[in-house]
Amino acid sequence: MNLTLRVWRQAGPDAPGRFETYEAKGISEDSSFLEMLDTVNEELVAEGEEPIEFMHDCREGICGTCGLMINGRAHGPELGTATCQLHMRTYSDGDELVIEPFRAAGFPIIKDLVVGRSAFDRIIEAGGYVTVDTGSAPDANLTPVPKETADLAMDAAACIGCGACVAACPNGAAQLFTSAKISQLNVLPQGQPERYQRTLGMVEVMEEHFGSCTNMGECEAACPKGISIDFIAMMNKDYRKATFAGRKAG
Amino acid sequence: MTVLDSRVPDGPLESKWEDHKFDMKLVNPNNKRRFEIIIVGTGLAGASAAATLGELGYKVKVFTYHDSARRAHSIAAQGGINAAKNYHGDGDSVFRLFYDTVKGGDYRSREANVHRLAEVSNSIIDQCVAQGVPFAREYGGLLDNRSFGGAQVSRTFYARGQTGQQLLLGAYQALSRQVKEGNVELITKSEMLELVVVDGKAAGIVVRDLVTGEITRHSAHATVLATGGYANAFFLSTMAMASNVTAAWRAHRKGAFFANPSFTQIHPTAIPSSDEFQSKLTLMSESLRNDGRIWVPEDPDESRHPADIPEEERDYYLERRYPAFGNLAPRDISSRAAKVVVDEGKGVGPLKNGVYLDFADVMERLGHDAVADKYGNLFEMYERITGEDPYEVPMRIYPAPHYTMGGLWVDYHLQTTIPGLFSIGESNFSDHGANRLGASALMQGLADGYFVLPYTIGDYLAPMLGQPKVETSAPEFDQAEQDVQARIEKYLNTNGTRSVDWFHRELGKLLWDYCGMERTKEGLEKALSEIPALRAEFERDVRVLGSAESLNSSLEKVGRVADFFELAELMCKDALVREESCGGHFRAEHQTDDGEAQRDDENFAHVTAWEWTGDPGDPTEHREQLDFEYVTLTQRSYK
Amino acid sequence: MTTMQTTAPARSSRTPFLVELYRSALGKKYVMAITGLIFMGYVLAHMLGNLKLYQGAEEFNTYADFLRRLLYPIMPESATLNLMRVVLVIALVLHVVAAAQLTAMNRKARPERYRSKRDFVAADFAARTMRWTGVIVLLFVIYHLADFTWGWVNPAPEGASIYERVVASFQVPAISAFYLVANLALGVHLYHGVWSLFQSMGWVSRRFNHWRRMLAVGFTVVVIGGNLSFPIAVLTGIID
Repeated sequence: MNLTLRVWRQAGPDAPGRFETYEAKGISEDSSFLEMLDTVNEELVAEGEEPIEFMHDCREGICGTCGLMINGRAHGPELGTATCQLHMRTYSDGDELVIEPFRAAGFPIIKDLVVGRSAFDRIIEAGGYVTVDTGSAPDANLTPVPKETADLAMDAAACIGCGACVAACPNGAAQLFTSAKISQLNVLPQGQPERYQRTLGMVEVMEEHFGSCTNMGECEAACPKGISIDFIAMMNKDYRKATFAGRKAG
Repeated sequence: MTVLDSRVPDGPLESKWEDHKFDMKLVNPNNKRRFEIIIVGTGLAGASAAATLGELGYKVKVFTYHDSARRAHSIAAQGGINAAKNYHGDGDSVFRLFYDTVKGGDYRSREANVHRLAEVSNSIIDQCVAQGVPFAREYGGLLDNRSFGGAQVSRTFYARGQTGQQLLLGAYQALSRQVKEGNVELITKSEMLELVVVDGKAAGIVVRDLVTGEITRHSAHATVLATGGYANAFFLSTMAMASNVTAAWRAHRKGAFFANPSFTQIHPTAIPSSDEFQSKLTLMSESLRNDGRIWVPEDPDESRHPADIPEEERDYYLERRYPAFGNLAPRDISSRAAKVVVDEGKGVGPLKNGVYLDFADVMERLGHDAVADKYGNLFEMYERITGEDPYEVPMRIYPAPHYTMGGLWVDYHLQTTIPGLFSIGESNFSDHGANRLGASALMQGLADGYFVLPYTIGDYLAPMLGQPKVETSAPEFDQAEQDVQARIEKYLNTNGTRSVDWFHRELGKLLWDYCGMERTKEGLEKALSEIPALRAEFERDVRVLGSAESLNSSLEKVGRVADFFELAELMCKDALVREESCGGHFRAEHQTDDGEAQRDDENFAHVTAWEWTGDPGDPTEHREQLDFEYVTLTQRSYK
Repeated sequence: MTTMQTTAPARSSRTPFLVELYRSALGKKYVMAITGLIFMGYVLAHMLGNLKLYQGAEEFNTYADFLRRLLYPIMPESATLNLMRVVLVIALVLHVVAAAQLTAMNRKARPERYRSKRDFVAADFAARTMRWTGVIVLLFVIYHLADFTWGWVNPAPEGASIYERVVASFQVPAISAFYLVANLALGVHLYHGVWSLFQSMGWVSRRFNHWRRMLAVGFTVVVIGGNLSFPIAVLTGIID
């Protein structure tokens, strides 16, 4: 199939950006979206033009590196699918695709379609862990965890940190990402001792970088792992309790 | 040829590691701050090592070329992680895990290392659970296990189909804590391009910032490479796009021996490639083989829908050839068996390049919902990629390069032949012999990082107390930086006609054809003549556009592919001199009457470790003899 | 090494809990939700009370009088009503200020807009237009008070009863139209707001989640349905 692409090109973080139009010719419908971009890049290199920079690595939907805004949707039209797992059979011959980088203050553009997402790491550093030095752990079966709890934690833990939630959110908010990690640890027995400290710390850093939640649910729809906004509500509850507990502790 | 000293401690196998931990020198807790350690890579091995060394109090700098420490390819491991917990009372033990691993590796691994791996496996599970890794649980709240990759016991812990992700996130979170506390400095988007050796010891590294292009020098008392495997030499593999050999190869060129490069694992259950634009192959978890049945039609010209092909016209070749293990036969055996039937023209799919993995039986036995519960996410993933619904149509699978058992040679301390340079996880060669068992890669990465390196590195550092690290103004650093700059400029100025990917793809085809699942003397010799020719063309005709001062993925790739070219030659050379078949290394000249791998324990029960000589076509061979005191060498039989 | 803590870190003990909470965006959302709940109670009661219009002038005026004398004689005449008015005004100020602050924060979180057209999946019209429906409702409330409560812009003659004011106003088609539009805006605002407050308050439970949207729809239909009926009844002569 043949497609027309309008791709955001931007030489560097401070350079002005613009859309460039490219023709993607002879694309197989079994190609992935990123392989389609590979093909376009091969053409560009042959013509002596710098290839389009985009984020990608594992190409199997788990590393969370990839992420594009395709025709106004983070990761494109397929629900529960990262950009790398989007396949061209979704499109028809002659379609026009507008490809933009994820945009948010917390995700500065580095080049073309590549953005920096280190703000996510700052959020994790603010408490997205259990304090347990290597070698100090008790036997793994010492504390039983109900299957439902373990499953709920896993639902939250499935987050790949791609940032589509922020990209899709009309407010540029990172509630889904943050609440997923908070909830994973806060529902498990291992996470209890640091539960409130974690919640306060991570929310504070989140709000330094990102917007606020207006409960639109666009993040959930964009999430390649289908993470539920229920976790946002759980975070809100823990935050209130944590603030209250903080007052008592003082 | 010299014989290498693996520094395996004396004493009975069961207590070697415990005794040795006592014998090794310690660094006083207050002195740990005075030692700086560089770690390259933030996969399971790198992240766990960085976190642990940070907790111990060392001053750690850790580098990754990703934008975050959470993205390394460990994240893609699906199936699980082994441990000898014996929670199910089905006869597992440390010794059994050890034994299975040595046997599964076709007796080409070092007993003492493997036993240590099995010993610490249990601590890994404890550690990960304490970190909040949401392993699968039973209704009683205790940890669930499954049998995996041909093991006769249930010893595999898993977190849905995302075990690698969860373990990596656990390590990444532990690392993040140390970053926050200031014990570890994390440097992202930065690629190691040179190792610096001063007075025969590793002194540090030269790094390029992938965003700004800035080249920087970093020195430390010890350097640890945790840079993963090199299966991307094949171009098409299940590895992430950026996975590469450069860090390890730069170390090799500076004197670190490279061991068993031809020991590559071809995983039996990847999705076959669909067209020539394919950029990578996607693995379907091996756990699918627990319930799926593998078959091809008897008739090479079969054109019916698979469901319409009657039972008697199907060849369930694994069940037929290996009645005891059937569809769960080890990876190397299953892969080669698939190649045999596809080579016979019985392949399925539009390109006739796959075999069926059929779930019809289990669907009938357990019902749709039970199957969906077990494999739902894998089935969805398959459908997303192929557009076919595995509940209705059998999956199509075919082997793909997946893991590399070979890597930098390390001794029992995980130290390479360069003092002060350590290698952990997949980047070393140590524990898997000629074939890795399923769910053992995660185990090894975390064992090295959490529980082995933190002890052995102390033994190296302790005598150096009070010695300053090498200054980055040393002439060796000048030279290394110049070399890096010169390479970058050379490729930017080559101005050829073909893209880096084109050359990589061509190299991959050569390797796959001649150094893939089946190797012959003739084919390897052919590859050894064609690879240098292709490399010469690459050096002359590659086209890299853009500048060195900004993000430039072509520039990143060109250096990696150049190193793959040199490695590819070494792989073929290694495969050529190993005149036997073992594990993932199958030489067609060395097979039993019924087509199984024929080892030659008399002449090849050794590790081949190669030394760089300056000429990629003429490396020097060294050997480490493998002595088996506790395991009886037998012909592996999975019938 | 960090030490394990069993509670959250101590904050400045001089900062009251609510102020501490309000500092964060999450806390501001609590304020939005709680004040929203107050408004929900208010609009429901307001609508139910106004149904008295259908019982004629006498009943309606008696109801107005009842409101003035609520809790009398424990409380002075009009005191309870005025107290309620104060609570509502404080709630309104908090609701609007928090919304404005959050909007400013969100603008800052995406300084560069997307250049291509967004294709929303979950964010419906109501969710995306909260600040506009909010502004419409706010303007309407001011007009509404000037019309019925204070009588400044009411077309009825000086000294008219509240019932006469209502009928006089709604007989002017332009006023009725404004009222209808504003109530539709309120309905859209409620549709998202009622659902949304469960999220903001952290009231989540897999067993009851699906009721949240139904409650939002039901509540909105009842309140707005009632409200819309009044001008229509006047214009069609059911009430005169």
